[in-house]
Amino acid sequence: MNTDHHVILRVIAKMLIPVITMFAFYVQFHGDFGPGGGFQAGVIIAVAVILYALVFGVPAAMRAVPPVFTRSLAAVGVMIYAGVGFWAMLQGGHYLEYQALFHEPPGEHHGQHIGILGIELGVLCGVSGAMLTIFYAFAGRVAEIRDEDW
Amino acid sequence: MHSMFNGDFGIVLVNIFLLAILFATGVAIARMRSLFAIVMLSGIYSLVSAAWYVAVDAVDVAFTEAAVGAGMSTVVLLGAMLLTSRTAKPEKLFFRLGPLLVCLATGAALIYATVDLPALGDASSPANAGVGLTYLQVAWFETGIPNVVTPVLGSYRGFDTLGETCVVFTAGLAVALLLGFGERSLAERIRNEGRSGDHSTRKASAASDEDPS
Repeated sequence: MNTDHHVILRVIAKMLIPVITMFAFYVQFHGDFGPGGGFQAGVIIAVAVILYALVFGVPAAMRAVPPVFTRSLAAVGVMIYAGVGFWAMLQGGHYLEYQALFHEPPGEHHGQHIGILGIELGVLCGVSGAMLTIFYAFAGRVAEIRDEDW
Repeated sequence: MHSMFNGDFGIVLVNIFLLAILFATGVAIARMRSLFAIVMLSGIYSLVSAAWYVAVDAVDVAFTEAAVGAGMSTVVLLGAMLLTSRTAKPEKLFFRLGPLLVCLATGAALIYATVDLPALGDASSPANAGVGLTYLQVAWFETGIPNVVTPVLGSYRGFDTLGETCVVFTAGLAVALLLGFGERSLAERIRNEGRSGDHSTRKASAASDEDPS
C-alpha cells in the first residue's frame, strides 16, 4: 500500500533541483555580463537544498549536505573573499586592489576579472553556507512539514 | 513619479496593475489569520515587487528580491511557522488602534517624502549625476566588465561587499548560536532508525530512501 501522498511533488522536485542548481551556477558565472552574482547564486543554491529538505525531509537533506559542511562553507567563503585581498597585498598592491594581482598596467583587465571571480566565489560560499545554517537551525527543530500543514 | 505618466501608456498600465496586486496582497496579509497563507502571500508579494523592479529597470534588485524575498525568506518563515501555532490570535479592537496609528503616521511621512523625490530616471538627480555617472563613464575602461553593477559592487566598493559577506556570515553564526545547529533532531532520528523505529520514522526513512529510479 502506498502511503506517500506527495509523489507528484517529489517527482517534480527531483526534476527541478538539478535545474535550479545549474541556474545558480549560470547566475554566478554570468554576473559579469548580466544581472546576478555571488549573492543571488548563493541564495539560489541554498534554496535548491531547502527545496530538497522541504520535500524529502530535513534528515535526508542533512545527510546530503551536512550542517557541519554548511557552517564550514560560510566561514570558508569569508576567508576566500578576505584572501583575495591579502593576495593583492602580497603582490605589492593595496588590500583588494585587483589591478595588482598580476602586476598589470592600467588598461589590462585580467586581474580585475580574476579578482572579481574570486570574491564572487567567496560571496557564493559565504551566503549559501550561512543561509543553509540558518535554515537548518530553524528546521532542525521540526523534522518535516506534516500532512495537515499543506 | 511624474514620468510614470509621461511614458508609454502600456508601461503605465503595467505599473498600475503590479502596484494594485501589491496593494491587494498587503491588505489580504493584514486581514488573514492563517500563518501558512500569510507566509505564502508574503512570498507572492516579493515576487510581484520583483516584477515591478523589472518594470522600472532595476534588474539586479529584482533578481535579489526574487531570490531572497520570494525564495529564501519564504522558506525560513515557513520553518519558523512550524515552531509556533498555525493561526494568529485575533487582537482586541482597542489594541489594534496603536499599530494603525503608527502605520498611518509612517505612511503619511513616506508620502510627504516622495514629493521631494526626483522623477524616475531623472538625469540630474543626485544618484544619476554624481558618482553614479562617473562609474558609468569609467567602469568599462578600468575593469573591462560589461555589467556596471558587478565592478561597482566588487571593485569600487569591494570593502562594502566584504562587510556584507561578513554580516551574512555573522547572521548565520548568531542564529546557529541561538537555536543550535539543528543536528540534534537528525542524531535522534538516526538513533531511532537504528532501533526498530516506530511508524513515523519508518515512513520518513522510506520517503528519503526511495532514491533514483
